[in-house]
Amino acid sequence: MAKFKSTKILMDGIWNDNPVFRQLIGLCSALAVTNLCMNSFIMGMGLTFVTGLSSFTISLIRQFTPKHIRMMVQVLIIAVYVIIVDIFLRAYMPELSKALGPYVGLIITNCIIMGRAEAYAQNNPPIPALIDGVANGLGYTLVLLSIAVVREILAFGSLFGIQILGEGFVPWTIMIMPPSAFFLLAIIIWITHNIQENKSEVAK
Amino acid sequence: MIELNPMIIFVAAIFTNNMIFSNFLGMCSYIAVSKEITTSLGLGQAVTFVLACTAVINYFIYYYILIPFNLEFLRFIIFIISIAAFVQLLEMILERYLPNLYYALGIFLPLITVNCAILGVSLFMIIRNYTFLQSFAFSVGSGIGWTLAIVALAGIRQRIKIASVPKGLQGPGIALITTGLMALAFIGFSGIVQIQ
Repeated sequence: MAKFKSTKILMDGIWNDNPVFRQLIGLCSALAVTNLCMNSFIMGMGLTFVTGLSSFTISLIRQFTPKHIRMMVQVLIIAVYVIIVDIFLRAYMPELSKALGPYVGLIITNCIIMGRAEAYAQNNPPIPALIDGVANGLGYTLVLLSIAVVREILAFGSLFGIQILGEGFVPWTIMIMPPSAFFLLAIIIWITHNIQENKSEVAK
Repeated sequence: MIELNPMIIFVAAIFTNNMIFSNFLGMCSYIAVSKEITTSLGLGQAVTFVLACTAVINYFIYYYILIPFNLEFLRFIIFIISIAAFVQLLEMILERYLPNLYYALGIFLPLITVNCAILGVSLFMIIRNYTFLQSFAFSVGSGIGWTLAIVALAGIRQRIKIASVPKGLQGPGIALITTGLMALAFIGFSGIVQIQ
């Protein structure tokens, strides 16, 4: 293929083949950090950075990597980028870094990055791999934010830390607690599956 | 800081601070492998074993190698390498001496490496400054808690298979809703003990 279609790669990553609600990977952190919009946004950006650059690097050296140790090499490359994100967060946003706790480190075991490395970066040139990684990271951020917006508004009456609901608002305690994350993700999966199925039926 | 009894941490890791229901760790394999009780039980045991062993290994590496040499920032790399190496070793030992178990576990054994619960426990243990006994109790408890959650979900999912679930919610969707209900139930345990 001489020319790749970057818009198609972007759309695949964000919508058609979204890592969270289509492939169901990278769920752990998607559920854990969505109690506040700011946390989700930073986490999404961190993941996009790591996925994009590690896909790029893995694709760059894919011809020189021996097949049987490629997993090890991939994990090392991912870990290096995660360390960069971790150090950056601790230096410039110490409070957020504390709020995210171990989940920044857990980007290493986030299946999205490994999945993209295996499924795409291993067989494609660096630039498309970079776009693919970024697209998947953005798709992930999108899902995170849509869960976080609901949770933050109903739990604290605020959005990105700015109070938007008035004094009379009674916070929903359940939205702070873990079960709400499960329910909201399930609802998002339900809605998106229905939309995508309807579309494919119309196309037939 | 109050010294917590390792037993308290052990119980808390199973019930109140369950890996799945309050920390959301190891979700991918939790959703993907929880279709049959027998396979999920096997995976749960393997995860518990690996979790306990790697937590011990990482504890010694962190406090006796990384801290003295001021290399704490390398902990992500070192931990994931020691976990991967341990799983690889376990795979070879099982293949050589317990082939039956090896073939029963199949693809799930290497996948344990990328189970976030394993790395998560090692990281939590560092962040919460646990002593050796506390870390050990925490890792075993977390493993048992994870097994409990996945086996319970597998049991429920075997029943759901014959129920009529709305289209679009089938499979992972309903599994997540079930998990949410189970998490609600587990909140009921939170009166027993709390650790943070």
